[in-house]
Amino acid sequence: MSTYEPVLLARIHKEQSHTLDSYLADGGYESFKKALGMTPVEVTTLVKDSGLRGRGGAGFPTGLKWTFLPKDHPGPIYLAVNGDESEPGTFNNRILLEKDPHQVLEGIAISCYAIRSNTAYLYLRYEYGAAWRALQKAVAECYEKGIFGKNVFGSGFDLDVRLHRGAAAYICGEETGLIESLEGKRAWPRIKPPFPAIEGLFRKPTIVNNIETMACVTQILKRGVEWFKSIGVPPDPNNPRDAGSYGPKLYCLSGHVNKPGCYEVPLGITARQLIEEYGGGVPGGRGIKAVVPGGISMGFLAPSELDTPLDFNGPGKVGCLGLGTAAVVVIDDQTSMVDVVYNTARFFAHESCGQCTPCREGTNWMQRILHRIRSGQGRMEDLDLLLEVSGGIGMMPGTTICGLADGAGWPVKNAIRKFRSEFEEYIQSGRSTIKPCELIGAH
Amino acid sequence: MTVLSDDLRARIVAEFPKYPNKRAVTLPALHLVHDELRHVSTGAIEEIAELLELHPSEVHDTMTFYQFFRTEENPLGKHRVWVCRSISCGLRGGEELLAHMCEKLHVTPGGTTEDGKITLEFAECLGVCDGAPCVLVNEDCVHNVTHEMADKLISELKA
Ligand SMILES: Cc1cc2nc3c(=O)[nH]c(=O)nc-3n(C[C@H](O)[C@H](O)[C@H](O)COP(=O)(O)O)c2cc1C
Ligand code: SF4
Ligand code: FES
Repeated sequence: MSTYEPVLLARIHKEQSHTLDSYLADGGYESFKKALGMTPVEVTTLVKDSGLRGRGGAGFPTGLKWTFLPKDHPGPIYLAVNGDESEPGTFNNRILLEKDPHQVLEGIAISCYAIRSNTAYLYLRYEYGAAWRALQKAVAECYEKGIFGKNVFGSGFDLDVRLHRGAAAYICGEETGLIESLEGKRAWPRIKPPFPAIEGLFRKPTIVNNIETMACVTQILKRGVEWFKSIGVPPDPNNPRDAGSYGPKLYCLSGHVNKPGCYEVPLGITARQLIEEYGGGVPGGRGIKAVVPGGISMGFLAPSELDTPLDFNGPGKVGCLGLGTAAVVVIDDQTSMVDVVYNTARFFAHESCGQCTPCREGTNWMQRILHRIRSGQGRMEDLDLLLEVSGGIGMMPGTTICGLADGAGWPVKNAIRKFRSEFEEYIQSGRSTIKPCELIGAH
Repeated sequence: MTVLSDDLRARIVAEFPKYPNKRAVTLPALHLVHDELRHVSTGAIEEIAELLELHPSEVHDTMTFYQFFRTEENPLGKHRVWVCRSISCGLRGGEELLAHMCEKLHVTPGGTTEDGKITLEFAECLGVCDGAPCVLVNEDCVHNVTHEMADKLISELKA
């Protein structure tokens, strides 16, 4: 594991890594030129063969998604690049965009060519001011040098890349919420089907892909399918539906660790390895109470589950929702799980777009029940009530339009199932861990 | 008397060629106006709508969905400061930091100081969890913010 040399993050420590000059000096945009020498179908096939799966949370095979576009469509076809990155714990898109925006832009250029799109929109969350400035500069450089614009590199291919800024709403990361937001409307996710590949942005066929996915596309063109497949975890032979977990991944490590940060390692590293080998362990040598495997929507790993490989399959085997964004948040043994779950429940209650009643009301109920428990007024039956609410909202039970509600329920479900005795003890004690500062903070 | 200056109008119109229709310019236009005027008034909504060939209620609908934009009753101060309260910051003292800054500034989250210099808000995950607890000051995030750093930051912004 430790012998792996970062590729996606290879350039970030260089001076001026964000400039076009520096990127070109490192062979930048050669992969785009290579792609322009192939047919779009060949590029798509290459990405498909690499086994690349989307890095935005759902892990859908990227090349396969591209093939869902209607054949011989007169156009326009759009690429919508998802830079809304708002899943708590996640910050790898920010690092890529601030330090190496051209690697991402090259992936966007290659992907546009592959899907026969002449226009990409990059939707960036508002809070990423430094990334916004880096992108604006990088895009301007590309237009100046003829990498974007009409007839790029004399290939006959036209390409426009537009930057679009969000307004601090988590739901804009959901792909159809993003599309609605880009169209100038409230970011209410759409009912699917139709999927964006058939009818997306401005009612045209649209591919939505994550920032890190775009950076992977650049590296796959540069280094080839064999390189990508030599990294990570092949499909589980006992699971015919597993597409494998190939390639490097940007794991975001935060919370109670000595060295929080973004670490590029092959897919399949375990939480324990990440925390010990990269994160320098837990401060004060304390024990671990729980670990978030991939953003809070994915739930929690218990201490006995820390050797679970963090690939696309692993977290699901121990009851988590999935790998998600591979954002690993460490919670030490001095922390109350009741407090942690209250924090996640409050997040989702705040971020629910309000369109579906089960999500709008359910996320609020969960927050309020957890608040009641935390104020010392909890009742034992609240735990089953929380399980009922968390299990009833989401796309999986079929009661909501998008996956936010599943993600809201999962940490609650996981926490009560895996840490039930702690919740029971908390309720029985009648104590309250609401801190005075929260009372000022809550308005 | 118009609310939007000629310059603001020109900058909104300059966004049109980037999109296949004018409605898509709603968010960019709201940002341009909000950044400059520190709020979006009813008059501004009407003028944006006219430029975008929309009904004012359509612009209003989009604007109010994002709890990001301020109305004229509750404008932003000179600086907007967001303190993260999500999980990774929460584990590292984000709530305490928010309360500390509230006390220092004599405001509750969402409020603006009497001198109009600072609007303080809570934020959900700012995407800087490696620097928790963190504070977004206008466009730039400050990492690993201690109470002392917060005090210094406040006096700089108030200067
Ligand atoms: C509530 C919610 C929030 C999401 N937020 C993001 C996000 O911030 N960034 C992202 O890339 N994908 C996010 N997704 C996943 C997107 O819907 C979509 O699957 C993804 O952008 C596709 O890109 P990929 O295939 O390259 O991963 C979110 C999904 C849901 C349900
Ligand atoms: S599940 Fe929640 S966030 Fe998603 S569309 Fe419904 S109400 Fe909105
Ligand atoms: S939790 Fe505060 S920046 Fe992510």
